[in-house]
Amino acid sequence: MKRFIGFVRKEFYHIYRDKRSLFILFGMPIAQILLFGFAITNEINKVEIAILDHAKDATTIEIINKMASSKYFSINRYLAAESQVEGVFKQGKIKAVINFEKDFGEKLIKNGQSTIQIIADATDPNTANSITNYIQSIIQQYNQSININQAGGTQVFMQTHMAFNPEIKSVFMFVPGVMTIILMLVSAMMTSISITREKELGTMEILLVSPLKPFQVVLGKVVPYILLSIINAIIIILLSIFIFKMPVQGSLLLLGAESVLFIITSLSLGILISTIAETQQTAMMISLMGLMLPVILLSGFIFPISSMPLPLQLISNTIPAKWFIIIIKGIMLKGVGIAFIWKETVILFGMTLFFMGISIYKYKIRLE
Amino acid sequence: MSEENVIEVVELTKKFGAFLAVDAISFEVKAGEIFGFLGANGAGKTTAMKMLIGISKPSSGEASVAGFDVYTQTELIKKNIGYMSQKFALYDDLTVRENITFFGGIYGLSRSTIKEKIKVLVTDLKLENIIDQLVGALPLGWKQKLSFSVSLLHDPKIVFLDEPTGGVDPITRRQFWEMIYNAADQGTTIFVTTHYMDEAEYCDRVSIMVNGKIEAMDRPKRLKEQFEASNLNEVFLKLARNSKSD
Repeated sequence: MKRFIGFVRKEFYHIYRDKRSLFILFGMPIAQILLFGFAITNEINKVEIAILDHAKDATTIEIINKMASSKYFSINRYLAAESQVEGVFKQGKIKAVINFEKDFGEKLIKNGQSTIQIIADATDPNTANSITNYIQSIIQQYNQSININQAGGTQVFMQTHMAFNPEIKSVFMFVPGVMTIILMLVSAMMTSISITREKELGTMEILLVSPLKPFQVVLGKVVPYILLSIINAIIIILLSIFIFKMPVQGSLLLLGAESVLFIITSLSLGILISTIAETQQTAMMISLMGLMLPVILLSGFIFPISSMPLPLQLISNTIPAKWFIIIIKGIMLKGVGIAFIWKETVILFGMTLFFMGISIYKYKIRLE
Repeated sequence: MSEENVIEVVELTKKFGAFLAVDAISFEVKAGEIFGFLGANGAGKTTAMKMLIGISKPSSGEASVAGFDVYTQTELIKKNIGYMSQKFALYDDLTVRENITFFGGIYGLSRSTIKEKIKVLVTDLKLENIIDQLVGALPLGWKQKLSFSVSLLHDPKIVFLDEPTGGVDPITRRQFWEMIYNAADQGTTIFVTTHYMDEAEYCDRVSIMVNGKIEAMDRPKRLKEQFEASNLNEVFLKLARNSKSD
């Protein structure tokens, strides 16, 4: 029995002294509960919507006020014509447009009915559904309120249009996200593992003493993964087009170019990880915990970013995947051109330079 | 052995913060010599060697290897030296042939040259049975001989060996030193670090590092006379005790 206790005590020493396992045992559960509890939610909060008001009478103003005062919506944009709707969605900030028909108030009084159209950006089907439901309930409340003194019959009818994704297929939401994750995993994780493997085996030293310049070593490590990632990306796009019938509204060329940019961003992140990690295991842990988990939770892939508290939204901005998902959804589902996604592209480009810069700096320090 | 110096070191120093790993050492190595760079673990041998092979910048002092300066001409140094690391680093998941081809390639050897070299190695080391086996499956002694041969592929003037006989049995060690003698006979300068003092007897000249300084440097025979010791192990012990009592 004593022998057994001695052994168990040794095991506790291992756990207590290994910072990594302490982190997994205590740090991660706490972090995840907090994250999931506070931040990750499917509810919508202060979603930006725009109004297209052809009537501009007392009735429409009343309804708009009701929407504005709800915590779900934030109304800042007023459109003048139908033609603006597509552009506003392509810009990405506005998630729905409420369209009041001409003579809305008059028709309500004279004919006992008028129609409101809800156009929702369904590239994120969950958010689109939530928005539509909340608006519908607001309208229903309004309908009840105007019939209190009457026998009933006066109604605002609702028409919904799911833009870019009429059948509200959730696969439209998942495919861009999954593609992002796979590209990031293959590029970042595999690259970091490959480089740290050389360090672990000791062959890195031999390469450093050889006439190969350091950048040649890194480039050589990275080229196979670029090719593999490109092949992966092509396979995923082909599968989603032919099996899931996902459209590619925009230019395939632009899609390809942005994908290559993102692959390079992930690769530079992988290189950065490899300068921090000494062993392959560490590299893999950092890639999985530090990359995949935040990407799934905070990139806007599943859970809407606008519903998260501000600190998490700021963190979300540092994740390259977030920007790429915007780009890829834009191109595939909304058919945007470079004019709409230049900001995100520049951000990805900047991140790449930043990661590479730090990696080079750390390498120089090692030489000294 | 000519009188030409292939390695010249003057007051070479390496500091890590406040810690003096290499403390103003000076020495020369002549062409064709087998020079033993001895010292206990942690004495600063590996740090010093890293500066000579161009992967670490000295804090102060001067050094030139194969005529090239260690501060400004590391690329040229790397092209002209061979290196064998402590871990006999070859790729376990590549075959012997693939390893030789790879290292030959990164040292700029043409395909035909590499083929020739492989032929010679197969005959000399009797590699016929293992040339296409994965290196990972080979016993340590084989890896050691292969690693050494790979470091000589591009016919460098100087080859640096970092603790090349760690972990192998005495018979294999002797066979390995035969290979080193052969290379030296062909004119290659051998710079070998080791903490096995008995191997020092095989060298033309040795230096002994203690706590970052070179405390003794001469032919093994003369050192034994100077310190009244019967072998270099005793020489080393006397030196180590002296420095501890400072």
